[in-house]
Amino acid sequence: MTRYSPCQPNITGSGTVAANPVLTDKAVIQTFDLTKYYGNFLAVDHLNFSVQKGETFGFLGPNGSGKTTTIRMLVGLSKPTEGRASILGYDILTSMAEAKRSIGVVPDVSNLYDELSARNNLLFMARLYGVARDLREAKADELLKIFGLYERRDDPFGTFSRGMKRALTIAAALIHSPKILFLDEPTTGLDVVAAQSLRNLISNLHSQGQTIFLTTHYLEEADRLCDRIAILVKGKIIKIDTPLELKNSAKGKAAIEITFTGNIRTRLDELSIKIPGTKIYALDDDKVRICGGDPAKIFEGAFQFAKDAGIGLEFVNSIRPSLEDAFMRITGLSPKIMAIEKTGR
Amino acid sequence: MWQDDLRAVYCIALKDMRTYYLKPPAISWGVIFPVVWILAFYLRNPGNFEDLIPGLIAMTILFSTTAAEAVVINFELKLGSIERLLLAPISIASVLIGKVLGGFIFGLIMTAILTIASSIYLGLHPNALLLTAIAVPSLLVFSSLGAFFSVAVKEVFEAQTLLNLPRFFMIFLCGVVYPISAMPKWLQDLAYILPLTYTVDGLRRSFYLSSTSSMFTDLLVLIVFFIILIVPATRLLEKKFE
Repeated sequence: MTRYSPCQPNITGSGTVAANPVLTDKAVIQTFDLTKYYGNFLAVDHLNFSVQKGETFGFLGPNGSGKTTTIRMLVGLSKPTEGRASILGYDILTSMAEAKRSIGVVPDVSNLYDELSARNNLLFMARLYGVARDLREAKADELLKIFGLYERRDDPFGTFSRGMKRALTIAAALIHSPKILFLDEPTTGLDVVAAQSLRNLISNLHSQGQTIFLTTHYLEEADRLCDRIAILVKGKIIKIDTPLELKNSAKGKAAIEITFTGNIRTRLDELSIKIPGTKIYALDDDKVRICGGDPAKIFEGAFQFAKDAGIGLEFVNSIRPSLEDAFMRITGLSPKIMAIEKTGR
Repeated sequence: MWQDDLRAVYCIALKDMRTYYLKPPAISWGVIFPVVWILAFYLRNPGNFEDLIPGLIAMTILFSTTAAEAVVINFELKLGSIERLLLAPISIASVLIGKVLGGFIFGLIMTAILTIASSIYLGLHPNALLLTAIAVPSLLVFSSLGAFFSVAVKEVFEAQTLLNLPRFFMIFLCGVVYPISAMPKWLQDLAYILPLTYTVDGLRRSFYLSSTSSMFTDLLVLIVFFIILIVPATRLLEKKFE
């Protein structure tokens, strides 16, 4: 087995991507130019980041940006084409089996066994990970209680709702008390209430000191749960920082949302001519967000555009910089692209 | 580590027994199908039925092991459950061997029931040691055959369908109901490259205690078949996670 010493180069992943990374003793995940090609397609492009013990680190990016590919490499389901990484000091190329003992993984699908009951699924996973016989049942029951599934412990997994399946899949990943929990898109496909409840559970795990590596395409989820966020676009990390710092980077830039009475999606070029020096993002057919520039000139230009186009203004809102604004400013992408790509619309 | 892998093999086999082997596909192909064949042969020629017993046990081994095995791995690949198993500190080979062992245990139970029942009913006295020496590697060979087809195809239904080709070939060519020696030379040559031939031959010798040296050859050939099926099946499964 290969374990890295703290003398090897690393990056903290704080702020923009560092050229000369600084190593910290608390780093539990470190990557060094981690790269994955599928044929000629570059899915993950020389990633360098580290995750500290006890933090919730988020990978935020649209569908297809390389989030799941990165997780699959870190948990041993896929081999990197180039570069390397370590989990708790274990090289993922040479000592993955040792690393796997200390990680729990929640894939993007809830893939426990439909035929087995909630409790038997957990007991099966406990046996697989070699949890001591006298601890298995107590640990399974404890997790079932924490995740609010104890009353349904004898029901088959196949009869559970999506939210309950997700919760049990997380519980299964915790059965061997891992030091790091990997969560791949944990709330995707859940209704608002189930997603909220799951976020509370993740937040509670974090407050108990659990290190969490989370991928998501939901900005508000990353904002709420993560200590630091890496923004990933087309396999590359564009920026790594805390949600607060990311939002601060968008401060001082006006952000105004305007809802028109008609469809203006095809006329964005005309609008942008009226409001030079700004970035315009279509949020809907009739709604845009305008970032940067002088608010007075934005209002003036928008009124002029509406008058020329023969449509009215329904709502005009000046908004505080959010993670969405930061995301748009950093990536140049509309946050809508995340949802659109994910649902295939 | 090998302890993790051994534990995984045991857990996976046990779990598969509970989740798959008492389900309709396993019952219909693994139990009902061989029983119907046995009844059909019995009704056709009740007087000479005991001569057919080794062949019918071989057929039970073939169908009971491959019944669910041929779909289980592919089904779990689709569901992502194999991926979940591989998140544990265990090797791909141990996952596959665990799956093969599930089919093996189901086949062993079916074969044991049929052998004991037919021996008592017909008053046969097979050599239990020799019979076990042939049945065990045979169960492993055909469970691995099911596993191989399961990982080689993309869709669940393809595995069962494609597997029927070698299964039915073997029923007719390997001496289950028709002696190989009575077949044309080219069909005999074909029979000797099929594993069921060695199962039938070995079982027949264990029932009628003829040459045990040929039986050693049967055993050796079956072990070779097991290796040439399990190794590429493991490699194919590994390729899916590269």
